[in-house]
Amino acid sequence: MRYGFYPGCTLHSTATEFGSSMEMTCAALGIELVEIPDWNCCGASSAHSLNHTLALALPTRDLVQAQQLGLTDIAIPCVACYARMVTADYTLRNDAAFRAEMETALGFTYEGRVRPRHLLDILANDFTSEELVGKVTRPLQGLRVVSYYGCLLVRPPELTGRWDDPEQPQTMDRLVELLGAEAVPWSYKVDCCGASLTLNRSDVVVHLVDRLVQAAHEAGANAIVNACPMCMANVDGRQRFRGSPGRPGPTYVPMPVFYITELLALAFGRPLDKVLGKHAIDPRPLLKGLDLI
Amino acid sequence: MQPDLTFSEQVRDQSGQNVQRCYYCQRCSAGCPVASLMDYAPAQLLRMIQLGQKEAVLHSSAIWLCVGCETCGTRCPNGIRTGVVIDSLRQMATAEGVAPAVPSVFKLHRAFLDSIRLWGRVHELSMLAQYKLTSLALFSDLDLGLDMFLKGKIHPLPRRIRGVAEVRKLFALK
Repeated sequence: MRYGFYPGCTLHSTATEFGSSMEMTCAALGIELVEIPDWNCCGASSAHSLNHTLALALPTRDLVQAQQLGLTDIAIPCVACYARMVTADYTLRNDAAFRAEMETALGFTYEGRVRPRHLLDILANDFTSEELVGKVTRPLQGLRVVSYYGCLLVRPPELTGRWDDPEQPQTMDRLVELLGAEAVPWSYKVDCCGASLTLNRSDVVVHLVDRLVQAAHEAGANAIVNACPMCMANVDGRQRFRGSPGRPGPTYVPMPVFYITELLALAFGRPLDKVLGKHAIDPRPLLKGLDLI
Repeated sequence: MQPDLTFSEQVRDQSGQNVQRCYYCQRCSAGCPVASLMDYAPAQLLRMIQLGQKEAVLHSSAIWLCVGCETCGTRCPNGIRTGVVIDSLRQMATAEGVAPAVPSVFKLHRAFLDSIRLWGRVHELSMLAQYKLTSLALFSDLDLGLDMFLKGKIHPLPRRIRGVAEVRKLFALK
Protein backbone atom coordinates (compact mmCIF):
# COMPACT_ATOMS: atom_id res chain seq x y z
CA MET A 1 0.00 0.00 0.00
CA ARG A 2 1.31 3.45 -0.93
CA TYR A 3 0.71 6.59 1.07
CA GLY A 4 1.92 10.12 0.76
CA PHE A 5 4.06 11.05 3.73
CA TYR A 6 4.64 14.27 5.65
CA PRO A 7 7.40 13.74 8.26
CA GLY A 8 7.39 17.19 9.90
CA CYS A 9 10.39 18.85 11.53
CA THR A 10 10.75 16.54 14.54
CA LEU A 11 10.65 13.09 12.96
CA HIS A 12 14.31 12.89 12.05
CA SER A 13 15.53 14.97 14.97
CA THR A 14 13.98 15.11 18.44
CA ALA A 15 11.52 12.32 17.58
CA THR A 16 14.02 10.09 15.81
CA GLU A 17 12.70 7.04 17.70
CA PHE A 18 9.27 7.66 16.18
CA GLY A 19 10.80 7.87 12.69
CA SER A 20 12.90 4.71 12.99
CA SER A 21 10.16 2.60 14.56
CA MET A 22 7.63 3.90 12.01
CA GLU A 23 9.88 2.74 9.18
CA MET A 24 10.21 -0.72 10.74
CA THR A 25 6.46 -0.98 11.32
CA CYS A 26 5.62 0.13 7.79
CA ALA A 27 8.15 -2.30 6.31
CA ALA A 28 6.56 -5.15 8.27
CA LEU A 29 3.07 -4.21 7.07
CA GLY A 30 4.05 -3.58 3.45
CA ILE A 31 3.37 0.16 3.62
CA GLU A 32 5.31 2.32 1.19
CA LEU A 33 5.62 5.95 2.26
CA VAL A 34 6.23 8.51 -0.49
CA GLU A 35 7.63 11.65 1.11
CA ILE A 36 6.27 15.01 -0.03
CA PRO A 37 9.41 16.21 -1.83
CA ASP A 38 10.02 19.79 -0.72
CA TRP A 39 7.76 20.02 2.31
CA ASN A 40 7.89 22.99 4.65
CA CYS A 41 7.11 23.30 8.36
CA CYS A 42 3.38 23.37 9.17
CA GLY A 43 3.84 26.40 11.45
CA ALA A 44 2.73 24.45 14.54
CA SER A 45 1.43 26.42 17.53
CA SER A 46 3.46 29.48 16.64
CA ALA A 47 1.84 30.35 13.33
CA HIS A 48 -1.73 30.08 14.58
CA SER A 49 -0.84 32.10 17.66
CA LEU A 50 0.44 35.08 15.72
CA ASN A 51 -0.76 35.00 12.11
CA HIS A 52 -4.07 33.51 10.96
CA THR A 53 -3.36 33.45 7.22
CA LEU A 54 0.15 32.07 7.58
CA ALA A 55 -1.14 29.30 9.85
CA LEU A 56 -3.35 28.07 7.01
CA ALA A 57 -1.02 28.92 4.12
CA LEU A 58 2.01 26.95 5.36
CA PRO A 59 0.23 23.58 5.51
CA THR A 60 -1.62 24.43 2.29
CA ARG A 61 1.70 24.53 0.42
CA ASP A 62 2.34 20.97 1.67
CA LEU A 63 -1.13 19.83 0.62
CA VAL A 64 -0.51 21.31 -2.85
CA GLN A 65 2.63 19.19 -3.19
CA ALA A 66 0.78 16.17 -1.88
CA GLN A 67 -1.86 16.70 -4.57
CA GLN A 68 0.90 16.74 -7.18
CA LEU A 69 2.12 13.35 -5.94
CA GLY A 70 -1.18 11.91 -7.12
CA LEU A 71 -1.73 9.99 -3.88
CA THR A 72 -4.87 10.55 -1.83
CA ASP A 73 -4.04 9.55 1.73
CA ILE A 74 -1.18 11.38 3.44
CA ALA A 75 0.32 9.76 6.53
CA ILE A 76 1.33 12.26 9.23
CA PRO A 77 3.05 10.94 12.38
CA CYS A 78 3.27 14.23 14.34
CA VAL A 79 0.02 15.22 16.03
CA ALA A 80 0.82 18.95 15.90
CA CYS A 81 1.43 18.73 12.13
CA TYR A 82 -1.68 16.59 11.74
CA ALA A 83 -3.83 19.21 13.49
CA ARG A 84 -2.56 21.98 11.20
CA MET A 85 -3.01 19.84 8.07
CA VAL A 86 -6.61 18.92 8.82
CA THR A 87 -7.36 22.55 9.72
CA ALA A 88 -5.99 23.77 6.37
CA ASP A 89 -7.74 20.95 4.50
CA TYR A 90 -11.06 21.75 6.18
CA THR A 91 -10.70 25.45 5.37
CA LEU A 92 -9.79 24.75 1.73
CA ARG A 93 -12.88 22.54 1.41
CA ASN A 94 -15.32 24.91 3.07
CA ASP A 95 -14.09 28.48 2.55
CA ALA A 96 -14.25 29.45 -1.14
CA ALA A 97 -12.61 32.84 -0.61
CA PHE A 98 -9.64 31.32 1.20
CA ARG A 99 -9.33 28.59 -1.44
CA ALA A 100 -9.24 31.19 -4.22
CA GLU A 101 -6.64 33.23 -2.37
CA MET A 102 -4.41 30.18 -1.91
CA GLU A 103 -4.85 29.07 -5.53
CA THR A 104 -3.58 32.46 -6.66
CA ALA A 105 -0.72 32.63 -4.14
CA LEU A 106 0.54 29.10 -4.79
CA GLY A 107 -0.47 28.68 -8.45
CA PHE A 108 -2.56 25.51 -8.29
CA THR A 109 -6.11 24.28 -8.68
CA TYR A 110 -7.60 22.62 -5.65
CA GLU A 111 -8.93 19.16 -6.47
CA GLY A 112 -10.06 17.99 -3.03
CA ARG A 113 -8.63 14.47 -3.42
CA VAL A 114 -5.91 14.68 -0.78
CA ARG A 115 -6.80 13.43 2.68
CA PRO A 116 -4.40 14.16 5.56
CA ARG A 117 -4.51 11.32 8.08
CA HIS A 118 -2.67 10.56 11.27
CA LEU A 119 -0.35 7.55 11.04
CA LEU A 120 -2.18 5.87 13.95
CA ASP A 121 -5.48 6.05 12.06
CA ILE A 122 -3.82 4.33 9.08
CA LEU A 123 -2.08 1.62 11.10
CA ALA A 124 -5.20 0.79 13.12
CA ASN A 125 -7.93 1.17 10.52
CA ASP A 126 -6.46 0.20 7.15
CA PHE A 127 -5.47 -3.24 8.42
CA THR A 128 -7.71 -5.91 9.91
CA SER A 129 -7.02 -7.25 13.38
CA GLU A 130 -6.06 -10.56 11.77
CA GLU A 131 -3.51 -8.88 9.51
CA LEU A 132 -1.91 -7.14 12.47
CA VAL A 133 -1.93 -10.17 14.77
CA GLY A 134 -0.51 -12.25 11.92
CA LYS A 135 2.69 -10.16 12.01
CA VAL A 136 3.25 -10.57 15.76
CA THR A 137 6.24 -12.79 16.48
CA ARG A 138 6.95 -11.48 19.97
CA PRO A 139 3.74 -10.97 21.98
CA LEU A 140 4.20 -8.16 24.52
CA GLN A 141 3.19 -10.22 27.51
CA GLY A 142 3.67 -8.54 30.87
CA LEU A 143 3.43 -4.99 29.53
CA ARG A 144 0.59 -3.13 31.23
CA VAL A 145 0.08 0.00 29.22
CA VAL A 146 -2.02 3.13 29.61
CA SER A 147 -2.73 4.75 26.25
CA TYR A 148 -2.10 8.47 26.21
CA TYR A 149 -3.76 10.24 23.28
CA GLY A 150 -3.16 13.81 24.39
CA CYS A 151 -5.04 16.70 22.90
CA LEU A 152 -5.06 17.12 19.14
CA LEU A 153 -4.94 13.51 17.99
CA VAL A 154 -8.70 13.19 18.49
CA ARG A 155 -9.76 16.84 18.70
CA PRO A 156 -11.54 18.85 17.50
CA PRO A 157 -13.88 16.13 16.22
CA GLU A 158 -15.27 18.15 13.30
CA LEU A 159 -11.74 18.36 11.88
CA THR A 160 -10.47 14.86 12.66
CA GLY A 161 -13.61 13.30 11.24
CA ARG A 162 -14.16 11.25 14.39
CA TRP A 163 -12.02 8.22 13.50
CA ASP A 164 -11.87 7.91 17.27
CA ASP A 165 -13.91 9.33 20.13
CA PRO A 166 -12.70 12.75 21.38
CA GLU A 167 -13.34 11.94 25.06
CA GLN A 168 -12.88 8.17 25.27
CA PRO A 169 -10.60 7.12 22.41
CA GLN A 170 -9.90 3.38 21.99
CA THR A 171 -7.58 2.99 18.98
CA MET A 172 -4.28 2.53 20.82
CA ASP A 173 -5.90 0.42 23.55
CA ARG A 174 -7.15 -1.95 20.87
CA LEU A 175 -3.72 -2.08 19.18
CA VAL A 176 -1.78 -2.84 22.34
CA GLU A 177 -4.22 -5.65 23.18
CA LEU A 178 -3.68 -7.10 19.69
CA LEU A 179 0.06 -7.04 20.36
CA GLY A 180 -0.39 -9.13 23.50
CA ALA A 181 0.01 -6.34 26.07
CA GLU A 182 -2.63 -5.37 28.60
CA ALA A 183 -4.50 -2.11 27.91
CA VAL A 184 -4.95 -0.56 31.35
CA PRO A 185 -7.96 1.78 31.71
CA TRP A 186 -7.37 5.25 33.17
CA SER A 187 -8.97 8.69 33.16
CA TYR A 188 -6.22 10.81 31.60
CA LYS A 189 -6.28 9.65 27.97
CA VAL A 190 -6.97 13.08 26.50
CA ASP A 191 -5.55 15.44 29.14
CA CYS A 192 -3.03 17.80 27.58
CA CYS A 193 0.69 17.56 28.50
CA GLY A 194 1.29 21.30 28.05
CA ALA A 195 2.78 20.92 24.59
CA SER A 196 4.65 24.00 23.41
CA LEU A 197 4.93 25.55 26.88
CA THR A 198 7.72 23.05 27.50
CA LEU A 199 10.48 25.52 26.64
CA ASN A 200 9.18 28.76 28.11
CA ARG A 201 7.00 27.58 31.02
CA SER A 202 8.53 24.21 31.80
CA ASP A 203 7.16 24.52 35.36
CA VAL A 204 3.65 24.21 33.90
CA VAL A 205 4.59 21.17 31.84
CA VAL A 206 6.31 19.46 34.78
CA HIS A 207 3.12 19.95 36.81
CA LEU A 208 0.90 18.48 34.07
CA VAL A 209 3.27 15.58 33.40
CA ASP A 210 3.44 14.85 37.11
CA ARG A 211 -0.35 14.45 37.22
CA LEU A 212 -0.33 12.13 34.19
CA VAL A 213 2.46 9.90 35.45
CA GLN A 214 0.99 9.72 38.94
CA ALA A 215 -2.34 8.62 37.42
CA ALA A 216 -0.56 6.01 35.29
CA HIS A 217 1.11 4.58 38.39
CA GLU A 218 -2.17 4.53 40.29
CA ALA A 219 -3.86 2.71 37.40
CA GLY A 220 -1.28 -0.07 37.78
CA ALA A 221 0.52 0.47 34.48
CA ASN A 222 4.20 -0.20 33.93
CA ALA A 223 4.42 1.92 30.78
CA ILE A 224 2.70 4.69 28.83
CA VAL A 225 2.15 4.57 25.06
CA ASN A 226 1.55 7.63 22.88
CA ALA A 227 1.62 8.77 19.26
CA CYS A 228 2.98 12.32 19.34
CA PRO A 229 6.50 13.82 19.39
CA MET A 230 5.37 16.67 21.66
CA CYS A 231 3.71 14.35 24.19
CA MET A 232 6.83 12.20 24.11
CA ALA A 233 9.19 15.13 24.66
CA ASN A 234 7.15 16.18 27.68
CA VAL A 235 6.01 12.94 29.30
CA ASP A 236 9.33 11.16 28.70
CA GLY A 237 11.65 14.18 28.85
CA ARG A 238 10.15 16.16 31.74
CA GLN A 239 9.37 13.25 34.05
CA ARG A 240 12.71 13.42 35.86
CA PHE A 241 11.87 16.94 37.00
CA ARG A 242 8.92 15.62 38.99
CA GLY A 243 8.79 16.70 42.60
CA SER A 244 9.58 20.32 43.36
CA PRO A 245 11.59 22.39 43.09
CA GLY A 246 12.98 21.07 39.84
CA ARG A 247 14.27 17.80 41.20
CA PRO A 248 12.77 14.32 41.47
CA GLY A 249 10.92 13.88 44.74
CA PRO A 250 11.31 10.94 47.12
CA THR A 251 8.46 9.07 45.44
CA TYR A 252 9.86 9.47 41.93
CA VAL A 253 9.63 6.17 40.04
CA PRO A 254 10.43 6.55 36.35
CA MET A 255 7.66 5.32 34.03
CA PRO A 256 8.88 4.39 30.53
CA VAL A 257 7.03 5.98 27.62
CA PHE A 258 6.76 4.35 24.18
CA TYR A 259 5.63 5.46 20.77
CA ILE A 260 2.91 3.13 19.51
CA THR A 261 5.16 2.34 16.52
CA GLU A 262 7.86 1.13 18.91
CA LEU A 263 5.46 -1.37 20.45
CA LEU A 264 4.36 -2.47 16.98
CA ALA A 265 7.94 -2.88 15.72
CA LEU A 266 8.90 -4.70 18.92
CA ALA A 267 5.98 -7.14 18.64
CA PHE A 268 6.75 -7.64 14.94
CA GLY A 269 10.19 -8.87 15.98
CA ARG A 270 12.20 -5.91 14.70
CA PRO A 271 15.53 -4.96 16.34
CA LEU A 272 14.75 -1.98 18.55
CA ASP A 273 17.57 -1.88 21.06
CA LYS A 274 19.39 1.11 19.59
CA VAL A 275 16.19 3.12 19.09
CA LEU A 276 15.05 2.59 22.67
CA GLY A 277 18.42 3.80 23.96
CA LYS A 278 17.53 7.32 22.82
CA HIS A 279 14.68 7.79 25.28
CA ALA A 280 15.15 10.09 28.25
CA ILE A 281 13.89 7.25 30.47
CA ASP A 282 15.51 4.06 29.24
CA PRO A 283 12.73 1.49 28.77
CA ARG A 284 15.11 -1.41 28.21
CA PRO A 285 15.39 -2.55 31.85
CA LEU A 286 11.60 -2.97 31.92
CA LEU A 287 11.60 -4.91 28.64
CA LYS A 288 14.56 -7.06 29.70
CA GLY A 289 12.77 -7.87 32.94
CA LEU A 290 9.77 -9.05 30.92
CA ASP A 291 12.02 -10.99 28.53
CA LEU A 292 10.90 -8.88 25.56
CA ILE A 293 14.38 -7.84 24.36
CA MET B 1 -13.18 50.50 32.42
CA GLN B 2 -14.89 51.94 29.34
CA PRO B 3 -16.31 49.03 27.33
CA ASP B 4 -15.66 48.67 23.59
CA LEU B 5 -19.11 47.65 22.44
CA THR B 6 -17.89 46.44 19.04
CA PHE B 7 -15.32 44.07 20.57
CA SER B 8 -17.46 40.94 20.58
CA GLU B 9 -18.28 41.55 16.90
CA GLN B 10 -14.61 42.02 16.07
CA VAL B 11 -13.82 38.74 17.80
CA ARG B 12 -16.71 36.96 16.08
CA ASP B 13 -15.66 38.22 12.65
CA GLN B 14 -12.01 37.32 13.09
CA SER B 15 -12.47 33.93 14.76
CA GLY B 16 -15.70 32.77 13.13
CA GLN B 17 -16.96 31.89 16.62
CA ASN B 18 -20.16 33.34 18.03
CA VAL B 19 -19.08 34.25 21.54
CA GLN B 20 -22.51 35.74 22.33
CA ARG B 21 -23.86 32.21 22.64
CA CYS B 22 -21.86 31.54 25.81
CA TYR B 23 -24.21 31.15 28.82
CA TYR B 24 -21.37 30.61 31.27
CA CYS B 25 -21.70 26.92 32.11
CA GLN B 26 -17.90 26.95 32.57
CA ARG B 27 -17.26 23.52 31.10
CA CYS B 28 -14.37 25.12 29.20
CA SER B 29 -12.77 26.39 32.41
CA ALA B 30 -13.36 23.07 34.19
CA GLY B 31 -11.52 21.08 31.50
CA CYS B 32 -8.76 23.58 30.77
CA PRO B 33 -5.36 22.12 31.76
CA VAL B 34 -3.87 25.56 32.45
CA ALA B 35 -6.89 27.46 33.87
CA SER B 36 -5.34 27.55 37.34
CA LEU B 37 -2.34 29.48 35.97
CA MET B 38 -4.35 32.04 34.00
CA ASP B 39 -5.44 35.43 35.30
CA TYR B 40 -8.85 34.80 33.66
CA ALA B 41 -10.17 31.29 33.00
CA PRO B 42 -11.57 30.61 29.49
CA ALA B 43 -15.23 31.23 30.47
CA GLN B 44 -14.26 34.51 32.10
CA LEU B 45 -12.52 35.59 28.90
CA LEU B 46 -15.70 34.90 26.92
CA ARG B 47 -17.79 36.90 29.37
CA MET B 48 -15.30 39.78 29.24
CA ILE B 49 -15.51 39.75 25.45
CA GLN B 50 -19.31 39.92 25.67
CA LEU B 51 -18.92 42.94 27.97
CA GLY B 52 -16.49 44.69 25.65
CA GLN B 53 -13.47 44.54 27.96
CA LYS B 54 -10.98 44.65 25.10
CA GLU B 55 -8.08 46.24 26.97
CA ALA B 56 -8.14 43.76 29.84
CA VAL B 57 -8.53 40.78 27.51
CA LEU B 58 -5.67 41.70 25.19
CA HIS B 59 -3.39 42.43 28.15
CA SER B 60 -4.24 39.18 29.94
CA SER B 61 -1.79 36.35 30.58
CA ALA B 62 -4.56 33.87 29.76
CA ILE B 63 -4.35 34.44 26.02
CA TRP B 64 -0.63 33.52 26.02
CA LEU B 65 -0.88 30.57 28.41
CA CYS B 66 -3.58 28.77 26.39
CA VAL B 67 -1.93 25.67 24.92
CA GLY B 68 -4.52 25.23 22.16
CA CYS B 69 -5.53 21.72 23.23
CA GLU B 70 -9.15 22.17 22.03
CA THR B 71 -10.68 20.64 25.16
CA CYS B 72 -12.86 23.73 25.64
CA GLY B 73 -14.21 23.72 22.09
CA THR B 74 -14.87 19.98 22.11
CA ARG B 75 -16.95 20.26 25.29
CA CYS B 76 -18.81 23.54 24.67
CA PRO B 77 -22.59 22.93 24.52
CA ASN B 78 -22.90 26.00 22.29
CA GLY B 79 -20.25 24.97 19.80
CA ILE B 80 -17.86 27.80 20.63
CA ARG B 81 -14.24 26.84 19.95
CA THR B 82 -12.67 29.01 22.63
CA GLY B 83 -9.16 27.97 21.59
CA VAL B 84 -9.82 29.51 18.17
CA VAL B 85 -11.19 32.63 19.88
CA ILE B 86 -7.97 32.88 21.89
CA ASP B 87 -5.91 32.51 18.71
CA SER B 88 -7.73 35.55 17.37
CA LEU B 89 -7.09 37.46 20.58
CA ARG B 90 -3.35 36.76 20.37
CA GLN B 91 -3.34 37.80 16.73
CA MET B 92 -5.23 41.00 17.60
CA ALA B 93 -2.84 41.78 20.46
CA THR B 94 0.12 41.23 18.12
CA ALA B 95 -1.38 43.34 15.32
CA GLU B 96 -2.19 46.17 17.71
CA GLY B 97 1.24 46.11 19.32
CA VAL B 98 0.00 45.19 22.80
CA ALA B 99 2.94 44.04 24.92
CA PRO B 100 2.34 40.32 25.60
CA ALA B 101 1.69 39.56 29.28
CA VAL B 102 3.87 36.43 29.02
CA PRO B 103 6.78 37.66 26.88
CA SER B 104 8.61 34.32 26.81
CA VAL B 105 5.72 32.65 24.98
CA PHE B 106 5.64 35.39 22.37
CA LYS B 107 9.43 35.28 21.91
CA LEU B 108 9.43 31.54 21.36
CA HIS B 109 6.71 31.88 18.69
CA ARG B 110 8.76 34.63 17.03
CA ALA B 111 11.92 32.54 17.00
CA PHE B 112 9.96 29.58 15.63
CA LEU B 113 8.46 31.58 12.77
CA ASP B 114 11.80 33.26 11.99
CA SER B 115 13.33 29.81 11.63
CA ILE B 116 10.63 28.80 9.13
CA ARG B 117 11.13 32.03 7.19
CA LEU B 118 14.87 31.41 7.03
CA TRP B 119 14.99 27.68 6.23
CA GLY B 120 11.45 26.60 5.31
CA ARG B 121 11.58 24.19 8.23
CA VAL B 122 12.40 24.62 11.89
CA HIS B 123 16.03 24.10 12.84
CA GLU B 124 15.89 23.51 16.58
CA LEU B 125 19.40 24.54 17.53
CA SER B 126 19.42 27.98 15.89
CA MET B 127 15.77 28.57 16.81
CA LEU B 128 16.53 27.87 20.46
CA ALA B 129 19.62 30.06 20.33
CA GLN B 130 17.48 32.98 19.12
CA TYR B 131 14.86 32.29 21.77
CA LYS B 132 17.45 32.14 24.53
CA LEU B 133 19.13 35.33 23.43
CA THR B 134 15.89 37.30 23.11
CA SER B 135 14.32 35.99 26.32
CA LEU B 136 17.58 35.88 28.30
CA ALA B 137 16.71 32.34 29.41
CA LEU B 138 20.31 31.44 28.66
CA PHE B 139 20.81 28.57 31.04
CA SER B 140 17.44 26.81 31.11
CA ASP B 141 17.37 23.18 30.01
CA LEU B 142 21.02 22.99 28.97
CA ASP B 143 21.25 19.49 30.51
CA LEU B 144 18.22 18.28 28.53
CA GLY B 145 19.60 19.81 25.35
CA LEU B 146 23.03 18.27 25.82
CA ASP B 147 21.48 14.85 26.45
CA MET B 148 19.50 15.11 23.20
CA PHE B 149 22.51 16.37 21.27
CA LEU B 150 24.62 13.43 22.45
CA LYS B 151 21.88 11.04 21.37
CA GLY B 152 21.93 12.54 17.88
CA LYS B 153 18.50 14.15 18.20
CA ILE B 154 19.55 17.72 17.47
CA HIS B 155 21.23 18.49 14.16
CA PRO B 156 24.08 21.00 14.33
CA LEU B 157 23.46 22.47 10.87
CA PRO B 158 20.20 23.57 9.23
CA ARG B 159 19.15 22.66 5.69
CA ARG B 160 17.21 25.05 3.50
CA ILE B 161 14.33 23.74 1.37
CA ARG B 162 14.25 24.55 -2.36
CA GLY B 163 10.97 26.45 -2.18
CA VAL B 164 11.99 28.81 0.61
CA ALA B 165 11.19 31.86 -1.56
CA GLU B 166 7.63 30.60 -1.95
CA VAL B 167 7.38 30.07 1.82
CA ARG B 168 8.55 33.64 2.42
CA LYS B 169 5.81 34.88 0.10
CA LEU B 170 3.28 33.26 2.42
CA PHE B 171 4.56 35.39 5.30
CA ALA B 172 3.62 38.51 3.33
CA LEU B 173 -0.03 37.49 2.75
CA LYS B 174 -2.62 39.55 4.59
